[in-house]
Amino acid sequence: MNAVTPDSGLHYLEDFTRNKASLPGRQQPWVAALREAAMRKFVATGFPTRHDEDWKYTSVAPIERGRFLLSSGQPRAVDKPQVEARALPGAHLLVFVDGYHVPSLSKVDALPAGVSIASLATLLERRRSGIETQFDAAASYPSAFAALNVACMTDGACVHLAKGVRLDAPIHLLFLSVTFGLAAHTRSLVFAEEDSHAVIVEHHAALGTPVYFTNTVTDIVLGRRAQIEHHKLQQESARAFHIAAITADLAEQSRLISTSFALGAALARTDILAKLNGEGAECSLDGLYVADGRQHIDHHTRIDHNVPRGTSRELYKGVLDDASRAVFNGKVIVHPDAQRSDAAQTNRNLLLSEHAEIDTKPQLEIWADDVKCSHAATVGQLDAGQIFYLRSRGLDEETARALLTYGFAAEMVQRIEHPGLRQRLDDLLRERLPQQLEALS
Amino acid sequence: MANPAFSLDELIGQEYRQGFYTPLETDTVPRGLDEDVIRLISAKKNEPEFMLQWRLQAYRHWLTMSEPKWSTVVHPNIDYQDISYYSAPSSQKAGPRSLDEVDPELLRTYEKLGVPLRERELLAGVAVDAVFDSVSVATTFKAKLGELGIIFCSFSDAVREHPDLVQQYLGSVVPYTDNFFATLNSAVFSDGSFCYIPPGVRCPMELSTYFRINARNTGQFERTLIIADKGAYVSYLEGCTAPMRDENQLHAAVVELIALEDAQIKYATVQNWYPGDKDGKGGIYNFVTKRGDCRGANSRISWTQVETGSAITWKYPSVVLQGDNAVGEFYSVALTNHYQQADTGTKMIHIGRNTRSTIVSKGISAGHGRNSYRGLVKIAKSAAGARNYSQCDSLLLGDQCAAHTFPYIEVKNPTGQVEHEASTSRIGEDQLFYCQSRGISAEDAVAMIVNGFCKEVFKELPMEFAVEAQKLLGVSLEGSVG
Repeated sequence: MNAVTPDSGLHYLEDFTRNKASLPGRQQPWVAALREAAMRKFVATGFPTRHDEDWKYTSVAPIERGRFLLSSGQPRAVDKPQVEARALPGAHLLVFVDGYHVPSLSKVDALPAGVSIASLATLLERRRSGIETQFDAAASYPSAFAALNVACMTDGACVHLAKGVRLDAPIHLLFLSVTFGLAAHTRSLVFAEEDSHAVIVEHHAALGTPVYFTNTVTDIVLGRRAQIEHHKLQQESARAFHIAAITADLAEQSRLISTSFALGAALARTDILAKLNGEGAECSLDGLYVADGRQHIDHHTRIDHNVPRGTSRELYKGVLDDASRAVFNGKVIVHPDAQRSDAAQTNRNLLLSEHAEIDTKPQLEIWADDVKCSHAATVGQLDAGQIFYLRSRGLDEETARALLTYGFAAEMVQRIEHPGLRQRLDDLLRERLPQQLEALS
Repeated sequence: MANPAFSLDELIGQEYRQGFYTPLETDTVPRGLDEDVIRLISAKKNEPEFMLQWRLQAYRHWLTMSEPKWSTVVHPNIDYQDISYYSAPSSQKAGPRSLDEVDPELLRTYEKLGVPLRERELLAGVAVDAVFDSVSVATTFKAKLGELGIIFCSFSDAVREHPDLVQQYLGSVVPYTDNFFATLNSAVFSDGSFCYIPPGVRCPMELSTYFRINARNTGQFERTLIIADKGAYVSYLEGCTAPMRDENQLHAAVVELIALEDAQIKYATVQNWYPGDKDGKGGIYNFVTKRGDCRGANSRISWTQVETGSAITWKYPSVVLQGDNAVGEFYSVALTNHYQQADTGTKMIHIGRNTRSTIVSKGISAGHGRNSYRGLVKIAKSAAGARNYSQCDSLLLGDQCAAHTFPYIEVKNPTGQVEHEASTSRIGEDQLFYCQSRGISAEDAVAMIVNGFCKEVFKELPMEFAVEAQKLLGVSLEGSVG
């Protein structure tokens, strides 16, 4: 218990000890062992502080102080219409309330052969579900929050795609938080075998504005030539704390399309790690963060080019208003011998208010010579010339500013292929503009 | 790269041309560091009491610090008790008043290095302060500069002759508590250059300091302080070399620049300390703290550096832009070959309104060299209308080398505009093929492409230095093609 700030780590340890008997998988020795080992690891490292380079700009002290509690396993009842309003049309829907799967709210249509979508809790309870080997293959992200997640995980989605399966309708994972003071540790696993293809939407939302703590981890493993789109939509309550990690393992010629739309939460941190482990693998990481009030939104991404001929593309944009603050850290590491790697990374930020702050750090570490790598970062405000132009066309100042802000951010929305999701994101973006825009084609 | 027409191994064996040792009788204090050593250094230099107290204060603070670990450079632990903190050619005890009193052996050393003190005085019009191990051996052009009120002398002379200026400015940019190596320097610094340009004076010639480490097992800790008073202008050059040795030697210098209202300081460094042999044995650890303070409105500080030497280079020449409309510039070429490591970059701290900064960093890695750009651009809340443009490019020659970029950007004012761009690439086969098809040898083609890559930085150097830097780059790179 060396470096832990005395009682905070202890609180989570005590809460874990009190509740471990009611966590899923209690009958399975391997699950219990996994949880205990992870808890030891969490207690040994403790919450990160601002002295840790990866947390230089983000203080998690409020999460420590929050002393959030594990939920009892009996999620509160939620009205079906409230869920339906958030459901993505035409998608397979899995609903989790306060960290637990609620089958009565979910709606999974007939799935093609070779596709299985299950709740993690169910698989942890069952013997010989095969989930154990998948855990071994996926769980590797070394952070205190990921360790806490493994120790306390309650539920999540397990998606398995057999060889060659193509799932056309997206899988919508809706994580709803409704209860004050709870911590929801959810974990999802996606296994895509050779040549399979699926679209997954990981959606975090709240009913009302409770204070709670979401700590979620998603592991994606892509087989050869598999293609996964993973879209994360973070719409937590304005008073919530959100910590998320997404890891992806890419085999030969597989392709990951990841997007992260961060709109909610008082404090949000998302870590995305993509490992290009097979030749010719390709990943694109896109993101948009829109913050106002006193929101703090942090993205850390890391792309490891471990083998030759990998391609990575990354574009993150941010719009910051009021006294909000955003952090972006994009790491691209080209390991020795990963020749012919091609990496491009861009981070663009728009500051709308004199109290907003951005801390960005695009980082390149290159250990091979035959590579093409670039990164760029910009920070600025709306262009006075463009505002003048729009005003000369009869728009008032506010509308001109809203239109330009929309134009800056909408690029990220337009890159989404799925029409339903794109429309949803476009609506959400428009809601966040300081001024309503009339429908623009 | 396809089948080079020359032997790689042969060219890698390129020797460090400044690696000779001058046998001179020296006055060296025993190895080790404690308060008595500091008192001894201070006494040897006849320093006033305030200087000794400042050193002791720094030393006591240093004892509470530990070596920083965050950088990407790797080196064996340094035993700070195994270094001699003061070494001076014994014939210099009294301090030469003119070049005629300087030991002829010393003058020959400088001539060998291409810094002929005498000739420079007569012909080139560059005032030189030569620092040999721990002491300044000669400062040329003192009299002529004196007519304009410019003070250009060794730091020791400044402490004795202009204590008020030293007391006012020393440590005002890099305080003695700044960082591990700067604090160590504050405690034990031996000599360096001091320069003061009075208000409204434009220094008519390039000022230059030439640093040479000669003695074995010594560390060189020099301190440079340059003050440009209101409306003054000065351009300053710094060059460094050391003999070839198997063990590593520590060089921990501090440079402080102060630009008052409307003043301008240009500071150029061509650093060519001994880089170690081709297996990474020996070489200088160059752990330097350099910082400029644009204190007045419309002031301007520019750093230009060509870093080709040292086993490890670890420095971030920075500018604090306090005055409104102040301008900070950083132009850097860092080259690492064999097992050299460089972790270098800059910090631009924008505090005043409409402050501007430009960063151009070119890193070249060859052999097993490791090159990191680490920089910070900070736009404080008060820095309305601040502007920064950064560009860091890396060129990789060879598949064992590494290039990293760590740019930190912190913006707290929406009117600030910050742009950062970086790219990493190697010399394209098509570029080489094109040059070779025009009858240019592969080696010349590489030299040409590398020089083109660095051109933006070289054009910031004073003419003679630019030529020297280009030659140096050619020498340091020889053998890395392939």
